[in-house]
Amino acid sequence: MFAKRYIAVMILVVAAAIGFFVYKTEVPGGNLAFKLGLDLSGGTHLVYKADTSSINSSEINDALGALQTVIERRVNAFGVGEPVVQTQQGGALGGGEHRLIIELPGITDVDKAVAMIGATPLLEFKLIKPGFEASTTLPLAEGQTSPEANPDAFVDTGLTGKYLSRATLEFANGTAQVSGTPTVRVDFNAEGTKMFAEITTANVGKQVAIFLDGALVSSPVVQEKITDGTAIISGNFSAEEAKILVRNLNLGALPVPITLESTQTIGATLGDKALQAGVMAGIIGFIILSIFMILWYRLPGVIAVLSLVIYVAIMLALFKLIPVVLTAAGIAGLILSIGLAVDANVLIAERMKEELAEGKKAEAAIRDGFNRAWLAIRDSNIAHIIAGVILFWFGTSLIKGFALVFGMGVVVSMLSAITISRSFLLALGVNEKSKIGHFLMRSGLRK
Amino acid sequence: MNNNIMKFKNYFFIVPGLLSLLAILALLLWGLKPGIDLIGGSFMQVSYTTERPVVEKIHEAVATVNIGEARVQPTGTTGFILRQRDLTNEEHQNLLKALGTLGTVHEDQFNSVGPTIGSELMQKAWIAIALVMISIIVFIAFAFRGVSKPIASWKYGVVAIITLLHDILIPTGLFALLGFTHGAEVDSLFIVALLTILGISINDTIVVFDRIRENLKKNEDKSRREEFEVVVSRSIMQTLTRSLNTSLTVLIVLGALYFMGPDSTRDFALTLIVGMIAGTYSSIFLASPLLVVWNNFSHRKLAKQAK
Repeated sequence: MFAKRYIAVMILVVAAAIGFFVYKTEVPGGNLAFKLGLDLSGGTHLVYKADTSSINSSEINDALGALQTVIERRVNAFGVGEPVVQTQQGGALGGGEHRLIIELPGITDVDKAVAMIGATPLLEFKLIKPGFEASTTLPLAEGQTSPEANPDAFVDTGLTGKYLSRATLEFANGTAQVSGTPTVRVDFNAEGTKMFAEITTANVGKQVAIFLDGALVSSPVVQEKITDGTAIISGNFSAEEAKILVRNLNLGALPVPITLESTQTIGATLGDKALQAGVMAGIIGFIILSIFMILWYRLPGVIAVLSLVIYVAIMLALFKLIPVVLTAAGIAGLILSIGLAVDANVLIAERMKEELAEGKKAEAAIRDGFNRAWLAIRDSNIAHIIAGVILFWFGTSLIKGFALVFGMGVVVSMLSAITISRSFLLALGVNEKSKIGHFLMRSGLRK
Repeated sequence: MNNNIMKFKNYFFIVPGLLSLLAILALLLWGLKPGIDLIGGSFMQVSYTTERPVVEKIHEAVATVNIGEARVQPTGTTGFILRQRDLTNEEHQNLLKALGTLGTVHEDQFNSVGPTIGSELMQKAWIAIALVMISIIVFIAFAFRGVSKPIASWKYGVVAIITLLHDILIPTGLFALLGFTHGAEVDSLFIVALLTILGISINDTIVVFDRIRENLKKNEDKSRREEFEVVVSRSIMQTLTRSLNTSLTVLIVLGALYFMGPDSTRDFALTLIVGMIAGTYSSIFLASPLLVVWNNFSHRKLAKQAK
């Protein structure tokens, strides 16, 4: 008996410590505070399509990695707390288009966010197709002031801002340009230098077109092969424009063009309201559930509620430690899992009742009840886990949040029901022969 | 306790049969309205600081920006929800500006989903539902592999799937009806709810089947002959309290979520509540009676062949 009680007391102490940890670490902005999803904290979620059609399939991953780094730098420069930048491949079974996912907590001005991400220029070097030298631009459409580049006239060289090592502002010295005209000098990295050398070697006397964000900036004639990896871009820049371009190029020229595909933004007030409603629903649900369990199952009911409290404490601690980003769907998952966690306790309590009805002693009834209920508990939990895993795979971040919490809940509740409840019941050592013991172990409306 | 409730099995099929029929009818008549996350489109929730303009004014403002039709629905005390095709950032800003001409407006929520992402999620949803179904049938066939008398283990799986189809058909039918009456949409959370119902309601069915398995084994050990019907009846009665109580506890927390929880998960809670109720009675009144009927049917065939 002493050993059983010792285990029960130890469980209580550990549970109290976990509860204390959950409570104590909940300081705003703290390292171990709950991580809230955008739908609860307010913020912006953007999905960009990354156009990888012009990139060799073997280099796509590198290019996307570079894209992610550049965007991360951009987003960080903006001063957002804990932004998320991820690349992902779409398609129902993968193999679809590449995407860039950006989450900006606290930012609700989409316009500003999109501007800040999209502002990064895409630098490309192209060659002019033979026969198109005279028609590199399209005829002016009505209302246009500057001509648009003819998309048919150019061929990609593969050389882009990805291979840039540095951009600097220079003023022309008067050989090719009017002295003092602002120009942008770009230095390529080793790979870029090699590519640029090949391009210039093969095209001496021809034009190389420089595009910025799809627009033609300049198309200088290659005078001689350039092997030192520098190029001078001389558009009709003002000094200010050139300076901004240099800064943007240095912050990162986008190695892959991106287009905005979906936007989601939620105001902080709305998120806060959702969070409070979720927490409230959880608390109220738990209280009604506890009342029901105690009234119906009496002593095993009290134990079940106690083990549920511990279950919730463990889940909350896990949310902090893993960490799990909590969304409204995730909170719904937790609330649902509380209702489901009772199931194992109910199964066990019902089984114990049957064992008692067969005239077994309380302790034997408890042990056999647990053992008999185990098969059903295991099987039904496996079914839940299957559903959880598939949901996790199916998921957008919203659904993943639910699936993760639900799956964790199933596993943790199974463990808490079969270990914690059992230890407590055994430790109490109820004597089923005594009147009070008899009353405590029964259930429902019978005496 | 030993009353053979399976005597009434033919009556048991009335409720699930009738409800399934109504659900199918609702689906055929009205169909489901897919949410923007499944087909693309946009959703904007705004609130005016002082007074809410009339809906016609909102429509007029929408007409000034070239974004096609918008469905406008008042929300809260001074707010509106607008649904339209997916918007680019520029169109989004223009719309916001147009709404701003009617008073000081604040955007509470905006969500725009491109059609590619939408249709992709839709495909994934179908695959996920199929996968859950297949895994469950395999799992049940496996879990009940030891039981072959008097009914083969794979039949438990098939009966479980029929029951599951019923359980998700009912909430789906309800949303076809709600879509018609209230413009309710089915979004990815709805599909999550369906998949969750599959996971939970299989639970109820498994617990009953598990009892049948155990009672069959007991009979075999004691070499006792008992009608399959009687065994099933007894198993249902033995698990009845547990089934009802577990469903009740889940319904308690879901009820709290529905009435008090955030708006974004209200439809989700409703789907689960309806699915849970359907799942509870179907495990008692649909799954086990089906097993009995199937068993009787095969026996009759065997008996005929014997003659």
